[in-house]
Amino acid sequence: MFLYLAKRLLLSIVIILLAVATLFLMLHMIPGDPVSIALGPRATPEIQAAYAAKMHLDKPLPYQFLIFLSNVLQGDLGSDVFSNRSVGLTLSEQLPFTVSLAVAALGWSALVGIPLGCLSAIRPNSWLDRFTGILSVGTIAVPSFLVSIWAILLFSIALRWLPVIGAGDEGDILDQLTHLILPAFAVGLGWVGYLARMVRASMLEVMGENYIRSARAFGLRPRTIVFRYALKVAILPTITLMGVGFGGLLSGAVFAEIIFSRPGVGRIIYDMVLARNFPVVQGAVLATIVLYVVVTLIADLLVSWLDPRVRDSL
Amino acid sequence: MSVTPSDNYATVASPVPDRGYSIAREKLFLFARNPLGMFGLLLVFLFFAGAIFAPVFATHDPFAMDIPNRLAGPTAQHWAGTDQLGRDTYTRVLYGGRVALEVAAIGVSVSLVIGLILGMLAGYGPAWLDNLLLLLFDTIRSFPTVILALAAVALLGPSLKLVLAIVIVTSIPGYGRLARTSTLALKNAEFIIAERSLGASMSRTLARHIMPNVIGPLLILAAMDVPVVVTIEAGLSFLGLGVQPPTASWGTILNEGYLIIRDTPWMVIAGGIPLVLTTLGFTFLGEALRDVLDPKLRKGR
Repeated sequence: MFLYLAKRLLLSIVIILLAVATLFLMLHMIPGDPVSIALGPRATPEIQAAYAAKMHLDKPLPYQFLIFLSNVLQGDLGSDVFSNRSVGLTLSEQLPFTVSLAVAALGWSALVGIPLGCLSAIRPNSWLDRFTGILSVGTIAVPSFLVSIWAILLFSIALRWLPVIGAGDEGDILDQLTHLILPAFAVGLGWVGYLARMVRASMLEVMGENYIRSARAFGLRPRTIVFRYALKVAILPTITLMGVGFGGLLSGAVFAEIIFSRPGVGRIIYDMVLARNFPVVQGAVLATIVLYVVVTLIADLLVSWLDPRVRDSL
Repeated sequence: MSVTPSDNYATVASPVPDRGYSIAREKLFLFARNPLGMFGLLLVFLFFAGAIFAPVFATHDPFAMDIPNRLAGPTAQHWAGTDQLGRDTYTRVLYGGRVALEVAAIGVSVSLVIGLILGMLAGYGPAWLDNLLLLLFDTIRSFPTVILALAAVALLGPSLKLVLAIVIVTSIPGYGRLARTSTLALKNAEFIIAERSLGASMSRTLARHIMPNVIGPLLILAAMDVPVVVTIEAGLSFLGLGVQPPTASWGTILNEGYLIIRDTPWMVIAGGIPLVLTTLGFTFLGEALRDVLDPKLRKGR
């Protein structure tokens, strides 16, 4: 177990380091001198030189990278070019919005998708199974940003049920929740079908195993067998999938945040790319990558904790 | 796409004594009996035809403005209504399909070829190369697509070429991993060992013996990948990071429609439907092909 943990952690760290290096190189390939962008056209050469020295922009690139890396490791992500605000502070304000959206989306799709997959595996080819099959393909076929737009059209403009813009008033939990419904619905919808399909497939596989046959021979109800015994094993590939799919979920969150004018990391990245405010872009992209790597790590550890067979295989 | 794999089966089947019908025909028959697969094939055919023959099917010039009739709903003259400048939405959707087809055709084929080569090298080559390539694939996958695209657009400015580059870079790991797994399974097969003991070079072994056995699942993955690629293009163009107006793409139509969603619902409806139909078509086709050609894959993915 310890060896597995060490290997898995090392892999995560290497991936984050590679991503940081890629990001750093990409941002240094941007046309335009960061000094003149930061100070504007009227700065004198002396001020420019002083700024370059202060930000270590006069040093060679590998040296700059090491400084960048040590700053990142100390939790210092630099500051906003325009407002001089700490990027870390901005992110810590925005991250909860994105995380709550992602958790809400994944949560409702798991709550609907996993039972749906189980029920259709209990009776393959029943009407519920066929319905789930059509639902899966249907929901996977509509990209999340299209679901967002069509949901606005239906629930906000035609029916006038739910608010469209923003994340709700601060402190008013009920208002924030009603603002969360549509984005979470849009981001999670494709996952309902995806999860139902995954769970159904692995459930059917598990149902063929000996211990399930024994349980059946004891006369347990199919429902009890599926939810009490088979689900424990059948859920494992789904957990891995949810971890890996978290990146796609973050992409969906970017669209949802832009379409619904919600605050969040995705929206910050989009706005700051358009404003060419690179320290914020850099910090926010780094934060999403770390978030993604941590989530896949948690998913993998969860699977290895639940299933001892995985521990030995890596 | 359905022709190449069945040709393979035909050559394999030829030494089999005459049974009245070939395995290729049997596969074709199996495919034709799959209603969802045929429906998918029809949608895919519509996607290609609509894009290739867009000027023939179009009722208007995609850029011609008809200001008095702007923001119209569907009428006899404008089948899917008009946009904020009075341009015909039906015509623009047809022309938007050309962008989608271009991105899908180039993006999928280039990433398929690169992924195939890298994957075979990873599976067949030395262990350090395998580890390096896997690490590379995992790193690419750790960037959420849209966020990678945003970072790239910040660097280079929006363009169709950039969309293509992003599509290719993000799709390579999928093909690479699949090719690697199949290559690993073949690596120690007897016919490969025989080939190696005859002194065949690595490139010959890979190209003549491994590739024909690996390519089948990759082609199925490619069919299923087309909607993903089309969606990435539409999504990036929707954000204003891909195809630029006035060029019509399903993404730009959706973006313009989203901005005027309170005035007319028709643009976001007309811009979205082809996206859904394309996805459904390629998904059904891909699944039917997989069931017919490679029943083993049914459980995976």
